[in-house]
Amino acid sequence: MQWQLGLDLKLIHFLVVSGVLFCIGIFGVLSRRHLVQILMSVELILNAALINFIAFSSFSDTAGLTGQMFAVFVIVIAAAEVGVGLAIILSIYRKKKSVDIDNINILKW
Amino acid sequence: MTNIIWFIPLLPIIGFVVTLLLGGRFGKFSSRFATVVLGICMFLSFYAAYLVFTHGEFSIEKVWYVTGNIKITMGMLADGLSAMMLVVVTIVSFLVHLYSMGYMHGDRRYWLFFVELQLFSASMLGLVLAHNYLQMFICWELVGLCSYLLIGFWYEKKSASDASKKAFLVTRVGDVGMLIGILLLFTTTGTLTFSGVFGAAETGSMSHTMITAVTVLLFCGAMGKSAQFPLHVWLPDAMEGPTPVSALIHAATMVAAGVYLVGRSFPLFSHSPETMMVVASIGAFTAIFAASIAVVQTDIKRVLAYSTISQLGYMILALGIGAYVAGMFHLMTHAFFKALLFLGSGSVIHAAHTQDIREMGGLGRKMKITTWTFVLGSLSLSGFPLLAGFWSKDEILGSAFSSGRYVIFAVGAFTAFLTAFYMFRLIFVVFYGRPSKAAEHAHESPKVMTIPLIILAVLAVLAGYVGTPFNPEKFSIARFISGNMHIEHLEFDLMPMVISVVVGLAGILLAYLMYGRRVIPTDWLYRYIKPYHKVLVNKYYIDLAGSKVFIRPTIRFANLINRFDSRIIDGLVNLFGKVTIIISKGVHLFDMGVVDGIVNWTGRETYSSGKRLRLIQTGNISGYAIVMFAVLAVYIIYLIIRTIV
Repeated sequence: MQWQLGLDLKLIHFLVVSGVLFCIGIFGVLSRRHLVQILMSVELILNAALINFIAFSSFSDTAGLTGQMFAVFVIVIAAAEVGVGLAIILSIYRKKKSVDIDNINILKW
Repeated sequence: MTNIIWFIPLLPIIGFVVTLLLGGRFGKFSSRFATVVLGICMFLSFYAAYLVFTHGEFSIEKVWYVTGNIKITMGMLADGLSAMMLVVVTIVSFLVHLYSMGYMHGDRRYWLFFVELQLFSASMLGLVLAHNYLQMFICWELVGLCSYLLIGFWYEKKSASDASKKAFLVTRVGDVGMLIGILLLFTTTGTLTFSGVFGAAETGSMSHTMITAVTVLLFCGAMGKSAQFPLHVWLPDAMEGPTPVSALIHAATMVAAGVYLVGRSFPLFSHSPETMMVVASIGAFTAIFAASIAVVQTDIKRVLAYSTISQLGYMILALGIGAYVAGMFHLMTHAFFKALLFLGSGSVIHAAHTQDIREMGGLGRKMKITTWTFVLGSLSLSGFPLLAGFWSKDEILGSAFSSGRYVIFAVGAFTAFLTAFYMFRLIFVVFYGRPSKAAEHAHESPKVMTIPLIILAVLAVLAGYVGTPFNPEKFSIARFISGNMHIEHLEFDLMPMVISVVVGLAGILLAYLMYGRRVIPTDWLYRYIKPYHKVLVNKYYIDLAGSKVFIRPTIRFANLINRFDSRIIDGLVNLFGKVTIIISKGVHLFDMGVVDGIVNWTGRETYSSGKRLRLIQTGNISGYAIVMFAVLAVYIIYLIIRTIV
């Protein structure tokens, strides 16, 4: 595949970007305390997966546009997920006046 | 017209129900009602007897039930014999009802007495009218039941309740034989009606041995009911009952049922000379045996009881020697004068408040009617010429004499002597002699009691005239009660008549000299026969022997069985129980230890592991996420390593 910038990009480059992105997302999910930040990190993980879909699709001879199609679907579902997630966060906030994840720990023994 | 005989037993049944239902409330009314019922019955019986006299015998028969080819019928048979019994039973029963209204006056269960009398009358009339052995047996047991109830009428008294049990059980011994006899008859002839059975005996379809067996067994029943040796022991004890009961049941009617049974089955008995010999011997022995005991008794009712046994022996003796008519004739006259004597003794007891003749004496002056009727009854019983007892007793002795049975004749004559002696001993001691303490307060009984005495006295004098040897053929009792049966006509013989009169008068004279005039000291005979006297007073030790031979071994046997039961059978049962307890204890332990242990262990382990495992659930979302990603990372590392390797 030819790129206009004249760069010779291989599949591995995309996968590295995607892996880095995924790791950043996981780091965010594990280290952040704020619920919204965690939600944003989850988006990063999703995006890492999307890059993989598209990369595999572009470098495959037979896949056609299947990967792109999936990416569109995932984006739509991610939007819905964010909507639901924010609604939950909002209702938690109303209840506890806080969105700190350390305070949300009543579902336990 | 013949349907009228249904009513004869039916009326007392109605009376029984009515008095039973109303008696408790209207005691006086129910006693009168019962008496009136019996009065009507009496007239119906006269009418039935008249029908038999003019038209000959008649019967009614209805099928009771049919199973297979066995047909059981119920019916009524009125022939000369049952008509005679009907008349006797209803007359005596009616007079006893009348008498009881006075005698039982003021008793606590006054009304119940009449209820039981009604039941007795109904069953006795049913017995007399029965036309087959089964029906007769049913009524036979019913009169036994009534006898039991009435002997034990004053059941608060231990002696009375004991006597009633004794009477019931002793007669039951004979009844077992009778029942076996009836069943034998049924299996051999297939019918139980009198005519059918006698027909079978006549045509020879029953073997001679079978007839002998059946008749001996039937005679066992008669021995129990008619108190023949050795089953006589219940009758003297039965005197514990009220005196009217003794008169009705234990003198005139029920005890005569045994004689009636033999008389009724006479066509059967006459086919077996062996049985006839047994019957005659037992009758003769009982007659003299009981008469000898009566001589030394001091209880007025017991004297009469032994006299009754003796006279029943006389009747059985007569039947045994084939003098059917004489036996049944004596049954009739005896019923009248013995009922009279018992009712008279009741009147005496009523006045003197004691039954011991040694405490009486000089009652004659105070109680004229009782005395005279009692004397008439005794004369009749002693065979004084021209009174009822004379004709019947003479006929028995005459038959024995003319048929050549001189031993039996001698026994009968000696019994007649003893009879006259003990009856007049009673009269001289009770009514004459020194006035006793009891005589001072004595007074004549009320009219309701003396009128029956007078009527019975008249009968005791006149009843014999239906059967004198001089009667024209048409009006003789022989023709009336023998019906179609062929009976040998006995020649009239002067010799036995003279002997019987002489021994009777001799007995009276001896009693007069010993107890009336006291010319002969009362103990002169006693001095010579001292050991024998003791035997007599103890009634030949029959009761003692009975208790030694039957009652004590029975009790001992029962004790043995009891011990066997309590030791071995109970032991086995207890052992079984104990073993079961031990086994179940083991099973219990297994259950508690193993089965429950497993269940509990499972529960406990589940609980404790859950308790430990739940600590994983921290509620810390970051923690969960770390675990999740760590596992994911490990899995990825695993995949990478696998690809490389």
